[in-house]
Amino acid sequence: MENDLNLKATELRLGLPGSDEPERQMIPRPNKRTLSDIVSEGSRSTTEEDHQDTAPPAKVQIVGWPPVRSYRKNCLQGKKHEVEGGTGMYVKVSVDGAPYLRKIDLKVYRSYPQLLLALENMFKLTIGAYSEREGYNGSDYAPTYEDRDGDWMLVGDVPWEMFISSCKRLRIMKGSEARGLGCV
Amino acid sequence: MHKKMAFSFPDEVLEHVFSFIQSDKDRNAVSMVCKSWYEIERWCRRKVFVGNCYAVSPRMVIRRFPEFRSIELKGKPHFADFNLVPDGWGGYVFPWIAEMAGAYPWLEEIRLKRMVVTDESLELIAKSFKNFKVLVLSSCEGFSTDGLAAIAASCKNLKELDLRDCEVDDLSAHWLSHFPETYTSLVSLNISCLGSDEASFSALERLVRRCTNLKTLRLNRAVPLDKIANILRHAPQLVEFGTGTYTADVRPDVYSDLAGVLSSCKELKSLSGFWDVIPDYLPAIYPVCSKLTSLNLSYATIQSPDLIKLVSHCPNLQRLLVLDYIEDSGLEVLASSCKDLQELRVFPSDPFGAEPNVSLTEQGLVAVSLGCPKLQSVLYFCRRMSNEALVTIARSRPNFTRFRLCIIEPKTADYLTLEPLDVGFGAIVQYCKDLRRLSLSGLLTDRVFEYIGTYAKKLEMLSVAFAGDSDLGLHHVLSGCESLRKLEIRDCPFGDKALLANAAKLETMRSLWISSCAVSFAACKLLGQKMPRLNVEVIDERGPPDSRPENCPVDKLYIYRSIAGPRFDMPPFVWTMDEDSGLRLS
Repeated sequence: MENDLNLKATELRLGLPGSDEPERQMIPRPNKRTLSDIVSEGSRSTTEEDHQDTAPPAKVQIVGWPPVRSYRKNCLQGKKHEVEGGTGMYVKVSVDGAPYLRKIDLKVYRSYPQLLLALENMFKLTIGAYSEREGYNGSDYAPTYEDRDGDWMLVGDVPWEMFISSCKRLRIMKGSEARGLGCV
Repeated sequence: MHKKMAFSFPDEVLEHVFSFIQSDKDRNAVSMVCKSWYEIERWCRRKVFVGNCYAVSPRMVIRRFPEFRSIELKGKPHFADFNLVPDGWGGYVFPWIAEMAGAYPWLEEIRLKRMVVTDESLELIAKSFKNFKVLVLSSCEGFSTDGLAAIAASCKNLKELDLRDCEVDDLSAHWLSHFPETYTSLVSLNISCLGSDEASFSALERLVRRCTNLKTLRLNRAVPLDKIANILRHAPQLVEFGTGTYTADVRPDVYSDLAGVLSSCKELKSLSGFWDVIPDYLPAIYPVCSKLTSLNLSYATIQSPDLIKLVSHCPNLQRLLVLDYIEDSGLEVLASSCKDLQELRVFPSDPFGAEPNVSLTEQGLVAVSLGCPKLQSVLYFCRRMSNEALVTIARSRPNFTRFRLCIIEPKTADYLTLEPLDVGFGAIVQYCKDLRRLSLSGLLTDRVFEYIGTYAKKLEMLSVAFAGDSDLGLHHVLSGCESLRKLEIRDCPFGDKALLANAAKLETMRSLWISSCAVSFAACKLLGQKMPRLNVEVIDERGPPDSRPENCPVDKLYIYRSIAGPRFDMPPFVWTMDEDSGLRLS
């Protein structure tokens, strides 16, 4: 199942303390994890495997808590060090014709198909299949990205690891406009 | 008997009298006296404040106030600061700029908070307003240095460019060179949020040199310590200064240069910046400390002894922002040295750590409350609290107007008695009769809300998280807090009953944010139907709320009064509940 990301292993049930609301479906959301099973003092919490410590257990981060603004968090950690739990790798995503930008966390995805599926779901559009020679020819939309050198590339042109480390932001262009990119 | 009301003053006289009335509240009151006062007032209002950009449309504002020179707009809800509002929610300034560009060539000042500002908007500002003077963008995003370049190039009379905590796409530091060589009117420049790795120092230096009226200069982290002296040398008249990175190889020549130039700044009252501080360079600022009234060390990762030394040099300090490295011991020194202190903010150095990394507890806050008679505004992050401490604080400092306490672990009880902190916060609202803003934390039951509803009569803004037991809590607040304008709640067991019972109250407030609580979709629809002058917006990234049972709680709810009707720029994950169908997709 394409949606079977790491999050499945650490799936959390949502439910307010003392309430009897029906359980909400936890869908892997690209840009945050929510927790309303509040971790009270002394109880264990689950964490991502990569950050497992032997003692004491790492805290699960609640979105937006404590209420510290992101630029303050970034300062304290310095530029290379990651916050416990991971701050993620957020890049802006714009879609031609849509008036708003979204941000997604690239670290949540493990492959191009996963990323593209998520983008299709997020923006309610079809991106279609990538081919090395033709790019996204025939699709309504083509995903492009700006890399560290400021160049605009077609998503899929480089190996995934290279893409992850060099992508600064994404732009989903109308298919017709993207034809110039990624040509042999 | 027919009484004749004689308002025999000519309009010009009234207008002259009104010109002395600056506050919006007073102006609004004046405009309600009678029709002729309304008319006169609206023609002479020069500053317009719109606390929620969706409460009114640009056209309505322009129609009512044909000759304003200055506008202040606020967009996103406050919780957007903590990533609770998804990207793309809204708050676009462009429609406002576009309307004003047509109507008001003489607009001089624009102040925006939590809005999305595009380069296109900035370019339109630069092009449209010939006498443009002040641009203050606070917590805004969506623009790049290209937009700033447009402002720099075209606004010949620009006095103030203040980018406070904005998210700017840093494409190039060379935007500064777009200020023409003939441009000299800058009074205030705050670029502290810019992140470019390279900064155009020579352009900055030249700008500072020729703008002899410059009073405020806040640099960004990229400006190295050894460049500061060159910049300051040309601006001994500065009143407010923000350094860049405050670290460098320890070199005596750099040190003495810096110390020398700082001591020649006789007017300096406020310092900020101090990223990456190394203690060796701190004494360079000692000569100016005695005049300092404001000090922002909230990025300075230096330890308590250095902070103590610094703070003891500043007897006239009124405002201090600092990390919790200052510890209780440092706050005790602060309490004894800085008797003029009015505002204190203590930020957490390790907000996500499981264990405390510094010795900062409730004792520090108690010390400052006892020792600083003028203290009125506090933002304090700590890891433990007691009712006893809060009661002491409340009794000793009844002049608090803003009290924001964040106990880092949600639902933390009184560490001495293991009870909820209801009584402590109850004391705060009981003794501090002028309290306007309050943020709660720790273990709290419905009782604290009963206290708040009973005593907090001047409270205008309340922030609540992980608190309360039932709808009664919310009901106490909505029914008791007469001055309430903004209420933001997250992760509390508040549901439909209190909200629906107090629907009318919501029209007297600017806005209500309620997320991860127990408000059902059905209640939202009902509220939208009953209250046509409220915009009831459901924010839910899981998909349309009607794809789930009606009694399912919504993820996030933002309710605000508006005379502009539902907005048109909602993203796919926001639904507005209106009178017609109860559901409209954008």
